[in-house]
Parts: sequence; C-alpha cells; structure tokens
Amino acid sequence: MARIIVITSGKGGVGKTTTAAAMAMGLAQRGHRTVVIDFDVGLRNLDLIMGCERRVVYDFVNVINGEANLNQALIRDKRCDGLFVLPASQTRDKDALSTEGVGKVLEELSKGHDYIVCDSPAGIEHGATMAMYYADDAVVVTNPEVSSVRDSDRMLGILSSKSRRAEQNEEPIREHLLLTRYAPERVARGEMLSVDDVQEILSLKLLGVIPDSQAVLNASNAGNPVILDKNTDAGQAYDDMVSRYLGEELPMRFLEPEKKGLFNRLFGG
Amino acid sequence: MGLIDYFRSSRRGKGSASVAKERLQILVAHDRAARDRPSYLPKLKQEILDVIRKYVQVDMDAVSVNYEQEGDQEVLELNIVLPDSAGPA
Repeated sequence: MARIIVITSGKGGVGKTTTAAAMAMGLAQRGHRTVVIDFDVGLRNLDLIMGCERRVVYDFVNVINGEANLNQALIRDKRCDGLFVLPASQTRDKDALSTEGVGKVLEELSKGHDYIVCDSPAGIEHGATMAMYYADDAVVVTNPEVSSVRDSDRMLGILSSKSRRAEQNEEPIREHLLLTRYAPERVARGEMLSVDDVQEILSLKLLGVIPDSQAVLNASNAGNPVILDKNTDAGQAYDDMVSRYLGEELPMRFLEPEKKGLFNRLFGG
Repeated sequence: MGLIDYFRSSRRGKGSASVAKERLQILVAHDRAARDRPSYLPKLKQEILDVIRKYVQVDMDAVSVNYEQEGDQEVLELNIVLPDSAGPA
C-alpha cells in the first residue's frame, strides 16, 4: 500500500507545485517508487515544472473515464528511476474528478508505488477537496504573509472534516507545515512573520523552511525540480524537508540572514 | 539594502510583522471557534425562538446559543432574556 501525500494550501501561488515536484523527486531519489499527480484539472502545470510537458499523451481524466489505462497515461521520469508523473487534463471541466473515479485510480497506483504525491489546485473547490480526500499525510504550504496563513488555517479545518479518514472516523491525516518564500533579512528587520510566529498561530509540526530564492525560478524555467540543484539554498532546503518527512531529525537551515560585508551593506542590493 | 534604506528602516523602528501576527491570532481564534460549531446551530436557535414566541414575545437577539468544547465534553449553553413585562403573548 502506498502512502498518499497531499500538497495543499488554499491560497494560490505559494509554491504547491514546486513543492510537489521537489518532494516526489526527493522520495524517488531515495529509492521509493513514487508517482506525482496533478489535480488541477483545466490548469495543469505540474508537467511544466517536471519538464515533461511534451510527453503528455493521456491524462488523469482519460484514465478515470476509461479512455486510457494507467500505463498509457503515466510519464516515466528520465532523470530518476521509479518516478512517474500523472498529468491533469487541460480541457475538461472540473467535475470530471469523481470521488469514486479518483479512489479507483489511487487504489490501482497504490499497488505498484510507495508514495503518491497529490498536487492540489488552489482554493477549496472540487479539485482541492478531491486531492485531499484520500490523503494519509498533508503538507500545508504557507508563505509568511497574512492571507496565506489564514487560508492555511482554513485548509486545516477542511482536512479534519472532509477527508475519507475524517468521514470514517479513522486516525486523522498527519498534517505538516512547510514555510516557503522565507526571507530571513526581512524577518530580521521585523517586516515579515517569522517561522516561530507562523508556527505559533497554526500550531503544526514544521517540516521545513524554504528560503525565497532565485533558484526556484531558475528551476521552473528549465523544467527541473529545484531539489535537483543540490548546490542552491532552496534545493538543499527541499532535500532536508524530504529527509525530515522520512523521519530524520535535521536542524532547520537558512533561517538567519546572510552576513554581508561592509561594502555590500553600504552599496549592495 | 543600500545606505539610505538602512537609515530609513532603522528610523521606522519595529516592523509590520508584529501587527500581522496580532491580527492573525485574533482572526484564527475566531475562525476556529466558528468552525467547531455544529452546522445545525442557527436552525436550532430559530426553532427555539419560535417555541418561545408562542408564549412570550422576544427579539431574535434575546436568545443566544453558545457552543463550547472542553476536551471530550461539548457544552451547549442557551441564554434567553425575557422582557421586563413578561406575560402571555
């Protein structure tokens, strides 16, 4: 049986897809058979971030409707063995994902994989609730900014009431906080909520802190999950996050501002 | 951050993050309290009010329904303020 992880947030543009791609790649690199699914029907983007947009033939909705089988729709990652992408459909309407249909696909995927990473769309509409419904774990991606924190809290409420585990009175979904676009310099100046602030408000287990980094944009420009860029701050932070998810105890990095020389402090940007 | 920015930011003193935190704490506490309430509460309140109105004329505001959760226990508190000259309607 695979473990199902939903990457969710409520608010858009906080880094869900970046995180889904990084986490799936990180799990696969550690030898776990992993599939990452795009639940954003109508606005698929995971294929771009994973760099496999030109290899999409069939999609998630095709599989649910029986127009293709899973083997036809799954895209095998060329960089890492044991990693597959199941793209979202670009054209169908959002109601194409039925609870039953999604359940069947997840069950079939569960047989051949260790982890299923579900990239949720923004919002609390149908696609988002479908992405979380069958989850065992949730990674709530949050920016240190008021609207994102509030939306994350709303998402926690939905996770604890509208999931399969909640409906069947099973052990609740394990919820984790991932803080992204963190700018230590701004936190130091008192202009941005700190890790401790956000954790105090949401009271969630902290899985990682990803610094606001040029590396993320570089990676998405190239279609490479940022976790592959091991010499960048964001790449390393995502790598730590995956290790922590798998039970390793690692200290948080990139929480302090970089020390600047006098020249930089006077004239630097 | 250049020299000018440096002076500007130090003059501003404490940043806006503390305001954000304060606002969020209030908001989240409020949201959570509302979320834990059973969805039947508004209807329950209306029906109780209808029953009371059969006997005493009271306003909507006169009935307050409070729901609290303490550990495993759920407490439903009902508070009805009767008008001064309470009598048969």
